[in-house]
Amino acid sequence: MELPIYLDNNATTPLDPRVLEAMLPYFTSKFGNAASRNHAFGWVAEEGVDYAREQVAKLIGCTEKEIIFTSGATEADNLGIKGVFEMYSEKGNHIITATTEHKAVLDTCKHLEKLGAKVTYLKVKEDGLIDLAELEAAMTPQTILVTIMYGNNEIGVVQPVKEIAAIAHKHGALFFTDATQAVGKIPVDVNADGIDLMAFSAHKMYGPKGVGVLYVRRKNPRVKVTAQMDGGGHERGMRSGTLNVPGIVGLGKACELCRLEMDEEAKRLSALRDKLEASLTTMEESYVNGNTQHRLPHVANISFKYVEGEGLMMAMKDLAVSSGSACTSASLEPSYVLKSLGLSDDLAHSSIRFGLGRFTTEEEVDYAIENTKKAVNHLRDLSPLWEMFKEGIDLSKIEWAEH
Amino acid sequence: MAYSEKVMEHYTNPRNVGTLNKDSKSVGTGLVGAPECGDVMRLQIEVDANNVITDAKFKTFGCGSAIASSSLATEWLKGKTIDEALTIDNMDIVEELALPPVKIHCSVLAEDAIKSAINDYRVKNGLEAFELAKSHH
Repeated sequence: MELPIYLDNNATTPLDPRVLEAMLPYFTSKFGNAASRNHAFGWVAEEGVDYAREQVAKLIGCTEKEIIFTSGATEADNLGIKGVFEMYSEKGNHIITATTEHKAVLDTCKHLEKLGAKVTYLKVKEDGLIDLAELEAAMTPQTILVTIMYGNNEIGVVQPVKEIAAIAHKHGALFFTDATQAVGKIPVDVNADGIDLMAFSAHKMYGPKGVGVLYVRRKNPRVKVTAQMDGGGHERGMRSGTLNVPGIVGLGKACELCRLEMDEEAKRLSALRDKLEASLTTMEESYVNGNTQHRLPHVANISFKYVEGEGLMMAMKDLAVSSGSACTSASLEPSYVLKSLGLSDDLAHSSIRFGLGRFTTEEEVDYAIENTKKAVNHLRDLSPLWEMFKEGIDLSKIEWAEH
Repeated sequence: MAYSEKVMEHYTNPRNVGTLNKDSKSVGTGLVGAPECGDVMRLQIEVDANNVITDAKFKTFGCGSAIASSSLATEWLKGKTIDEALTIDNMDIVEELALPPVKIHCSVLAEDAIKSAINDYRVKNGLEAFELAKSHH
């Protein structure tokens, strides 16, 4: 077993060697521009892209023509949401989203507010799921888009997308979902789920960085987005720019592997995740964040009360994980996702996200369990809050000096 | 962001972790920060009849830099008189630990903890508390 151990697969995943193998020729011998229509170099590149389009389409149950390649999920979020806002401006200007969305969605919505959009930010319940009745109540005749993520990047909860889509459609709005964490991990079918637009990226599913997809429905209804970049009119005019052929080929291969191996992988990872969670929550005052039924198979987000996340991660020095602690962000604010669940700031500061992946072994999980327990105990020995808790002092009754 | 060697060293081998009897007249306790902000420091000093700090202990809830700052503070406090201890400036800690700008608040908290422990000691012994410069963070 090699150290350190990578348990941050929600941030990014390593490239699967089989994906790399598929990509390599497209850097060297098959280097052509997929838009070069008049020679073999272009045709070969285009063939690679077409094949990848099929592989992607098969994974999410759509047709090849509904796939728009982008530079990643952030661009796909921007193109999908801004593109719909512009295209459907005559119909209305109201967008509904949730407070636990990724910044690529939230900040895009904030940007649109400056351009005249009205945005409703739905709160989530304690388990991280949105309240469908609240969504229904928020719908108006001006609502053009509902954008709710599929699986959450911090806590892994999976939203009831099918029901959300049905509510959006009932009121004549489109449904967009950022499915970056879900595609390739759990079955996502755009028709069964009623998805009109969907964003995801290759590097979260063992593909390369710098390539992603915007799915845009072509039938029932035919959805259109206004291009956000001007240029050569690639990707059916929706996304100009020379195609990243090696990246797209890698994305295609990554999708194929996920389609073939997802079921088994999900079973294996959820068993490992459950083991990790069960062991770590035997420690006093440790809590799993988010709904434990409706969630991705490979994520565990746990708060270890009375220790601070960044300090804890320093003690877990052989483990690459992430924390909702303020100290890990430039803003000094703890995770807005955890706060949206109603977690107090101190619990948000105390959280660690473990993200397992295709290459995580049981031996690594066992090591992570021991290493984490040791670190938590060590830091609790250093923690004045732990000592006070043990003495039975009610910490909420103390007047802390805010700073 | 990578930590400086000195932060790592104090974090890995923190000095003077522990608890002094807070009810003792010769002990001053400073508890600063807030759990919501992600750091809480408790720093304690034991003072002898000559106003010399004979012992110092800390416990800190916070990031590595906060733990290192308080560990360093206890190391510096031991053997100093109260008056000398009051001259410890947070920028001395920043310099010694090579803290990056985003971690300066940890050193400020350590300075506050020192002053607050000294004040607790003074008040316990019938002296007036020093005016604490209010929050630079």
